[in-house]
Amino acid sequence: MSSSSPALTAVATDEADTTRPAAYMNPYLAGVGLGLVLLAAFVVMGRGLGASGAFTSLTAIAVEAVAPEHTRANEFYAGYLERGVGHPLKTWLLFEVLGVLVGGFLSGALAGRVGRRIEKGPRAALGTRLALAFAGGALMGYGAKLARGCTSGQALSGGAVLNVGSWAFMLMVFAGAYALAWFVRRQWT
Amino acid sequence: MSAPLFKYGLFGDEISLIVAFVIGIGFGFFLERAGLGSARKLTAQFYLTDLSVFKVMFTAIVTAMLGLFYLSWAGWVDISLVYLSPTYLLPQLAGGLLLGLGFVIGGYCPGTSVVAVSTGALDAWLYLAGVMAGIFVFGEMFSSIGPFFYATDMGSLTIPDLIHLPYGVVVLGVVLLALGGFAGAGWVERLFAPPSRES
Repeated sequence: MSSSSPALTAVATDEADTTRPAAYMNPYLAGVGLGLVLLAAFVVMGRGLGASGAFTSLTAIAVEAVAPEHTRANEFYAGYLERGVGHPLKTWLLFEVLGVLVGGFLSGALAGRVGRRIEKGPRAALGTRLALAFAGGALMGYGAKLARGCTSGQALSGGAVLNVGSWAFMLMVFAGAYALAWFVRRQWT
Repeated sequence: MSAPLFKYGLFGDEISLIVAFVIGIGFGFFLERAGLGSARKLTAQFYLTDLSVFKVMFTAIVTAMLGLFYLSWAGWVDISLVYLSPTYLLPQLAGGLLLGLGFVIGGYCPGTSVVAVSTGALDAWLYLAGVMAGIFVFGEMFSSIGPFFYATDMGSLTIPDLIHLPYGVVVLGVVLLALGGFAGAGWVERLFAPPSRES
């Protein structure tokens, strides 16, 4: 409420609002599409989708570049450095995430939704939003490693194969988010 | 019975990376189509004004679950060869809680933040930097968190195994749960809809 009165637009965008972006797809229809992609992963690969694993590989590789011996002596990093087809960068999840980047851009470009922006609620201050984006990411990075996966690998993929740990994880994700939502409402509403 | 194709040796590791890329395109495409590359749309789930996250996620879970169930029933897919991540109950509950807190603070989850980056959201870059920082902290304290990380090992465990019900019965239960949830979601959205905001 305090500082930025002209920032009362829905999303801060540095492009003029000349063309209206297309409406989002019906969520149930998009869900069926997403489910068929997941099913394809099960049938073709025998595995589900993921995301955080790709960033774990990148982190392990970055840490190894700075401190090779330290990294290889660490069981957690070493596990990720051993992955990949001949090179730790050539992992299934990293290639999948590259695809996500392309697919997301394709859909966004077709709908006129590509443009530099910072996502935040109308009352949120820019600096706070960016700091919280980092902090929230850090909590999720840590949590995803503790849980052995994130919303893609556990909730979505594990959910569909009726994995006990994945369903327990999913319930806690929603519980945690709803429990905290009121306290950070100025960021989003 | 000849699927999962990769497990039956239809193609090798190098080809599997191309498959990963193609599947990723589909994943990213439908996430963006549904609006899940927008932190405002994602977090609206937690203020009950737009339950798209729930609708998309549960429709996807039900679709893939039913597909896998019928393909396995028809004898085309050996479901036992589909990877089932082992359950470690306590660390997964704790990790889920942290993820939930991080979700409403950060606005994304790791997969959707990649979509947000692809369509130009600058905050999603910082979010991803945060994800890697969190993974780094986890990695650095792995020797101390290790015992908890490996605690309450329940092995590869499905809900049908846990509650001793046939797989198909649990599948039906999840479908009914989802249908009930979808009906409830529509009702909640009408209840919490902002008075005049369009879009």
